[in-house]
Amino acid sequence: MKYLFRILRYDPLKDEHPFFQDFFYETDEKKSVIEALMDIRNEQDCTLAFRYSCREAICGSCAMVINGKYDLACRTMLNSLMSSLIVIEPLPNMEIQKDLVVNMDPFFEALNKIEPYIESEADFSEGGYRIEEKEMDKILQYVNCILCGSCYSACPVASRDENYLGPAALAKLYRFVKDPRDKRPFSIWSKVNTEGGVWGCDTVFKCNEVCPKSVRPADGIEALRRKLIVEKIKRIFKFKR
Amino acid sequence: MIRQDILIVGGGLAGLAAALSSDPQLKVAVISKVHPLRSHSVAAQGGINAPLGNNPDAKDDNWEKHAFDTIKGSDYLADQDVAELMCERAVPAIYELEHMGVPFSRFPGGVIAQRPFGGAGFPRTCYAADRTGLVILHTLFEQSIRKNVKFYNEWLVTKLIVKDGKCLGVIVCDFATGQIIPVEARAVIFATGGYGRVYQKTTNAFINHGSGIGIAYKAGIPLKDMEFVQFHPTSLFDVNILITEGARGEGGYLVNNKGKRFMADYAPLAMELAPRDIVARAIQTEIDNGNGFEDQYVHLDLRHIGEAIIKKRLPGIREICINFAEIDPIESPIPIQPAQHYSMGGIDVNMKCSSCVEGFFAAGECACVSIHGANRLGGNSLLDTVVFGRIAGEEASNYVKGSEKSNNSEKILLEQALEVKMKVEEWEGKDSGEKMFRLLNRLKEVMSEKVGIFRDKRDLTEALEKILELKEDYKRIYISGKCLRYSQELVNIFEFDSMLNLAEVITLGALKREETRGSHFRLDFNKRNDKDWLKHTLVTREEDKARISYKDVKINKYKPVERKY
Repeated sequence: MKYLFRILRYDPLKDEHPFFQDFFYETDEKKSVIEALMDIRNEQDCTLAFRYSCREAICGSCAMVINGKYDLACRTMLNSLMSSLIVIEPLPNMEIQKDLVVNMDPFFEALNKIEPYIESEADFSEGGYRIEEKEMDKILQYVNCILCGSCYSACPVASRDENYLGPAALAKLYRFVKDPRDKRPFSIWSKVNTEGGVWGCDTVFKCNEVCPKSVRPADGIEALRRKLIVEKIKRIFKFKR
Repeated sequence: MIRQDILIVGGGLAGLAAALSSDPQLKVAVISKVHPLRSHSVAAQGGINAPLGNNPDAKDDNWEKHAFDTIKGSDYLADQDVAELMCERAVPAIYELEHMGVPFSRFPGGVIAQRPFGGAGFPRTCYAADRTGLVILHTLFEQSIRKNVKFYNEWLVTKLIVKDGKCLGVIVCDFATGQIIPVEARAVIFATGGYGRVYQKTTNAFINHGSGIGIAYKAGIPLKDMEFVQFHPTSLFDVNILITEGARGEGGYLVNNKGKRFMADYAPLAMELAPRDIVARAIQTEIDNGNGFEDQYVHLDLRHIGEAIIKKRLPGIREICINFAEIDPIESPIPIQPAQHYSMGGIDVNMKCSSCVEGFFAAGECACVSIHGANRLGGNSLLDTVVFGRIAGEEASNYVKGSEKSNNSEKILLEQALEVKMKVEEWEGKDSGEKMFRLLNRLKEVMSEKVGIFRDKRDLTEALEKILELKEDYKRIYISGKCLRYSQELVNIFEFDSMLNLAEVITLGALKREETRGSHFRLDFNKRNDKDWLKHTLVTREEDKARISYKDVKINKYKPVERKY
């Protein structure tokens, strides 16, 4: 099978603007987009830059836009694209460092802001927790997040408002708030009761659409909103009593 | 110059465990050639062993039994004191992970769920469905954020600097810029993982070039038991993505083209849950004898365990099969074949993770404390990373607090960095020569064809010759893409030097070891020989030559007997 790869190239130190470069690529084998990119790099242009690691859709290195669709390049098979023209672009709304490599710092900085770790004083020397599986199941969806950044890149709010935490970070916060082991007080996690937090989401659900691991981050944002409202009402009644 | 008290190289499980256990009063940093969450630990699936006794079938389990299984599984090449140390620490290690936030799967009653794994007398593998590595790596990374661990991401260590038997620091290449940077450190911990990509068929990530092990070797630190290469029995046919042992732990069958559960012929008691070396050889033998499919794979059949268990306990496997093989294990058997998976051998360190070089430590897959001996049991590698990663962090902290700072290290580091820089300029200056990816492919071919599951003198000798040829060709390497920013070509050129040395050490150890033990199977010496070979192989680099020596195995309670499963 013969393919034409149209790859976005950009070297901010040399090029004024990003541009597309065409590469012909031929293979008889079943190959993924990441393998094809590696072949193209090796055989045609060793300056072509992109990230990769696990090649099995679990490490989150290789999210990009392939023929207009967000996906992990390692799990996207060339034959599944049903096209001999394959257009490859880096994750949008993120600063290009070189070619398909983007700056992930704003994404991880947003994650750090929600304090993404179990808050608990429990001592492990006293043995294990007792938590029924159905409790764990409530966070399972969010635990599957591989932090590839697709949702953050696709989110229209994150792209126009740098203060917005974005889908992955907010869904991660919900994962902790919902974890029976987590003891963070309402006063701490309710800091997301803002436009930069859960109320920033304009519910177009791009994040759910692009997530390669079916995490559905917007579910977490909506659940956080509901939980915030419930907790507030609880507090009003407590106050009146 | 960047100066650290403790510098940890590698951001996978062992590296993060070391960072978290290092003394917070000290200046600690982690250097990783990828973002830590992209480390290969993330791909671990089936679980982590600890004798919690939560499974109804494991009420009598304890750490001594776990240690015995580990030692027997190692074909008695494990040092028994370290195997015991690891197993003794397993239960608290699991509870600590749980308290850090790892979302383990649960049994009714709310305790951590445990499944059977190969070579284990009791079901003692704790898991989070089949994404155990993902959740543990993310959890340790979360704890690193909590503890403000300093990270230098996308930095590749190219050289370890040792002077008069003392470690001074490392020379780094920044992937983003291609710049060469010296980093001074009073203690360095390598947690750099394995070398799977020395082979063509491997379950390892693309990035697993094993350069950490090679860099330590080049700095004069011996490598131990490198001929013991684990081939995982079940990798997805062709793409060689891992299909967890947990699939067999949940009840999966291995079936040949005659519809027979052939493990009955190889391990009639343990069947599919024999240790990996035995199952991998059984599968390869079936394929070689014409009992495979397309002469390349056998079937792993999960259909009888049912949709509910597959969806609940093996969702990641199902996703992999659908994504990469277009089959649904609920409806069809999975085509599987053995593939390189793990390195039992590694940098020679003791039970404190320290080496013969003062201030240099290693933990995890890159290290050989010698817990796994000639064959590692499934579920023991994650345990190894968290237990020995922690020990490495603690011991490096003790070392730094009790030692004097070297005086002239800055000058030496600057000189060494300059030397590395000149090497890069030489590669970049050439307009023709050997292309990196071609040499890499040639090496993989040699190792796969001649240093695989079944070995003999002729193949191993030929492999050594070819590796030496490749070493000559490597001298003519050049950088074809004349831009050093985000240059994977440059990274590969740096790492290939290590890969060549590793390939040589693996092959040499395998050639000299004229017996069969664990994963090392010699067609021409197909019996274990305790009289001559119950000893560790050590390979040390001296004047660019590999020198081989041996040292005794520590045997305490368990006298070596024949393994039967």
